[in-house]
Amino acid sequence: MALIDFANPTRFLRFVDRILPWLVAATAVAFAFGLSEAVLAPDDYQQGATVKIMFLHVPAAWLGMACWAMMSVAALGTLIWRHPLADVAAKAAAPLGAAFTFICLVTGSLWGRPMWGTYWVWDARLTSMLVLLIMYLGLLALWRSVEDPTRAGRAAAILTLVGAINLPIIKFSVDWWNTLHAGSSFSMSGSAIDSSILLPLLAMAVAFILLFITLHFGAMRNEILRRRVRSLRLLQAQTAAGT
Amino acid sequence: MALGPHAVFIIAAWAVTVGVVAAMIAWVMLDYRRQLRILADLEQRGITRRSAATSSAPAEEPA
Repeated sequence: MALIDFANPTRFLRFVDRILPWLVAATAVAFAFGLSEAVLAPDDYQQGATVKIMFLHVPAAWLGMACWAMMSVAALGTLIWRHPLADVAAKAAAPLGAAFTFICLVTGSLWGRPMWGTYWVWDARLTSMLVLLIMYLGLLALWRSVEDPTRAGRAAAILTLVGAINLPIIKFSVDWWNTLHAGSSFSMSGSAIDSSILLPLLAMAVAFILLFITLHFGAMRNEILRRRVRSLRLLQAQTAAGT
Repeated sequence: MALGPHAVFIIAAWAVTVGVVAAMIAWVMLDYRRQLRILADLEQRGITRRSAATSSAPAEEPA
């Protein structure tokens, strides 16, 4: 089945109905493995047991950013190719991206208090991540304020593409500015993290990614159904006005 | 599993994450049931999609 086949919402709904039980099962298995690895992971030689917060904070941060990147691709799909599901995909992803960004900020703050001695600093990485959360909330407000989903989708797509400028700022903030936040532990030459910590971190990341994909497909299905409800209500109103 | 002197911060971080993830799952599941209920209600009142009424495998349609 080619990607273009999913341009038909009915076909996409059938695909989601088939794949969702498998995704739920895969997510459950991934979390069972990830959580057991996270619980059994040794304490870090510097952070102690607070390294267990990193198993939530890091995947949430990755997903918060990846979700906006995915929405940016969907925005191009809305504006250039006018793919019927591009706008649906972006709208369904925004609350999830906001939630993961929120998790990232709260868990980072709870890690910062014992490690840095403060919950918050106006550091470039923290501030740019907070800006990402505010942009997510702005997008959600925009979708709610415009009644016509097509018009709302185009406006949201433009805002999403403008907001994508923030992604490299978040990524390279620790290189461009002198920040309290640690630099990237991953590079082309490999990871600076010991395997005893790296394995649970990656296992939790896989579990979080699968959770995102599962919830995103579910939210897309809901959005398609919501638009059908809207169309039927408009039809009902037109019929009532005509008689 | 000993969480050391910072146990309260670790437990709080995990609790917040579990709460937010549970809220996301609940939102998706409840919203799905709500949309299905509304669609069934509309169908019961005779308001159906033209494509659904004429064909079981409809052609291109708006989302």
